[in-house]
Amino acid sequence: MPETQDRQVVEIGYGGSERLVMNMGPQHPSAHGVFRAILTLEGETVVAVDAVIGYLHRCHEKLAETLTYVQYPSIASKTDYVSAMTAELAYVASVEKVGKIDVPRRAQYLRVLAAELQRIASHCLWLGTWCMDMGGALGGGATVFLYAIRERELILDLFEALTGARLLYGFHQVGGVRYDLPAGWAARCRQTLAHIEGRLAEYESMLEDNAFFLVRTQGVGVISRELALDVGVCGPILRGSGVPYDVRRAEPYSSYEDFDVQVPVHAAGDCYARYRVRMAEFRESIRLVRLVLDGLPEGAISSRPGVKSVGQVRIAKGEGYTRIEGARGEVGCYLVADGGAKPYRLKWRGASFSNLAVLPHIIPGHKVADVVAIMGSVDPVFGEVDR
Amino acid sequence: MPPLLQHAITGFIVLNVVIGLVTYVTLLERKFAARMQSRIGPYYVGWPHGWLQPIADALKLMMKEDIVPAAADRWVYNLAPIVFLVPCVLIFATIPFAPGLGVADLNIGVLFFLAVSSLEIVGLFMGGWGSNNKYALLSAMRAVNQIISYDLPFIFAALVPVVLAGSLQMSAIVEAQAGFWFVLYPGLGQLAFVAFLVATLAAENRVPFDILEAESELVAGFRVEYSGMKFALIQLGEYAHMIGTSFLGALLFLGGWLGPGPAWLGPVWFLLKAMAVFLVVTWVRWSFVRIRVDQILAISWKLLLPATLLLLMATALVVALQGARV
Repeated sequence: MPETQDRQVVEIGYGGSERLVMNMGPQHPSAHGVFRAILTLEGETVVAVDAVIGYLHRCHEKLAETLTYVQYPSIASKTDYVSAMTAELAYVASVEKVGKIDVPRRAQYLRVLAAELQRIASHCLWLGTWCMDMGGALGGGATVFLYAIRERELILDLFEALTGARLLYGFHQVGGVRYDLPAGWAARCRQTLAHIEGRLAEYESMLEDNAFFLVRTQGVGVISRELALDVGVCGPILRGSGVPYDVRRAEPYSSYEDFDVQVPVHAAGDCYARYRVRMAEFRESIRLVRLVLDGLPEGAISSRPGVKSVGQVRIAKGEGYTRIEGARGEVGCYLVADGGAKPYRLKWRGASFSNLAVLPHIIPGHKVADVVAIMGSVDPVFGEVDR
Repeated sequence: MPPLLQHAITGFIVLNVVIGLVTYVTLLERKFAARMQSRIGPYYVGWPHGWLQPIADALKLMMKEDIVPAAADRWVYNLAPIVFLVPCVLIFATIPFAPGLGVADLNIGVLFFLAVSSLEIVGLFMGGWGSNNKYALLSAMRAVNQIISYDLPFIFAALVPVVLAGSLQMSAIVEAQAGFWFVLYPGLGQLAFVAFLVATLAAENRVPFDILEAESELVAGFRVEYSGMKFALIQLGEYAHMIGTSFLGALLFLGGWLGPGPAWLGPVWFLLKAMAVFLVVTWVRWSFVRIRVDQILAISWKLLLPATLLLLMATALVVALQGARV
């Protein structure tokens, strides 16, 4: 394989006599999109893994240079299509920071609302796909998948009522948000949250009381605290390795300082710890959405008027980096403005990209079946990895 | 009528009934799984509730292009589905569906069933090897591991009713359960039935023991390269094996065709009991996650095998102390 020779391969030797190089992906049921892992096997044991990415590269950063500040937010959502609100928010927050544009209080709260609902929806999809990785599309995993998707649909219904779209929203705009809450939305949202909260206990009892689920997740894919910090993983994976870091608390943005964000941490660092962290984040997000609905201030939802032309937002020359806590970890956007209606340069920092980098360090030594379990627990979205 | 011709005719009838049953059991499973997952399941093909779906599936598979990979070992690859299917259908030969209603009620019926059903591994391994595909090869390796590990517990669990009845003949085992099903036998019956179900799951390669299909790891395992009718034959074999084992479970533990009502209701009772066993297996399938190959082997060698062996010895002891019949 000449194409992989200059790439670093972390390898553990088992002294077996014969090795099998198996190509997993980019077309594979558990590739979560288009991930390619070149596994070197000794029997069932993986001794080396070479991760190949780039199959979903769409030149997002170059694209951002060709689109105006008004146009790009709805394109930004396509970087991480599973939690579209995250990238939109990172982009507009970055433009607002560089351009020193105020955001009304109500808009900030609405952004928190959208971000937390999006986190619930994204974690629902993660839970389903991860269980499907372990349980198969023709087995118990598919059952959890369909249950989780059913709950995700409820959140998407809320987003549809709010923005008119179900997957890629275009909710945020520079200076605020585009839509205010429709009549009766808040009550419907509370109802949905209560429903999901009840269902969470069902999933937990279905999974945690199941010995097979526990043996598949506990002690599998352990990321030590040191490794997590060295590689630079973020989000639930970092917190599952015992590091209590969350951008929402470390560097509050968009009025997160008004809420006392609880950061769940588990020290074990295995797949089960990451699962527990995300289950706790479900509940934390539900709590935060309720707090937002309780304390939603009155006022304008945007400091700028609605869209009249695509070039209407111009910001002064400058540059800046903004980071927010997405469902998968820290999503950052580095923006260089040259005074025009378009950014001069844009750089995305995708959470999935840095999380994926940990795979070659932890997979060697596990069985083939664990590869998909570990990959699912990392929760990569390849739109965000490759951009 | 010469006996050979009679056997041939009953064999032909049973074969067709089995294939029809297998086809419709897929619909039963899909409806049952859909119910568990709060879905509706097949609905549109055939009114009402997708009754023609299995036929449509079969027709679709027949019309699919038959692809042979360029690198495959053609002989082994082409032969494998047949070698896989034959033992899976052959196991129905010794199952009596009512007194005297069956192909051959051998005096070693249970032994025949157990021996023949283990033969499917040959076809499975041929498919995995002949495809010349790494996923298929890994799957074939896993299959051999698993079948070797689970055949013994399966046999030991199935032997408990045999010891209780004192016969290897299927009809004699059923007759021995008149008024008292073996699953009700205090302690031994329930444990043996549970062990039988667990070993059944493994022998049928179903979740949580479906490591050789394992579509999230090995795409489709040993049948990843099969398409069209060959794929259909493998699928048919798998379901036939599953139904056959369900019938065996109903026969060994649930009293076969015994039940209230006139004698002609016997086959109906038998079918209902077999479907009950099948649905329990399906229920497990759709609620568990798959376990890893090393864990599967550990469960078999460290837990199931000693447990079933002890169970068999205990049964033998009880029978020796009480006399042959319950």
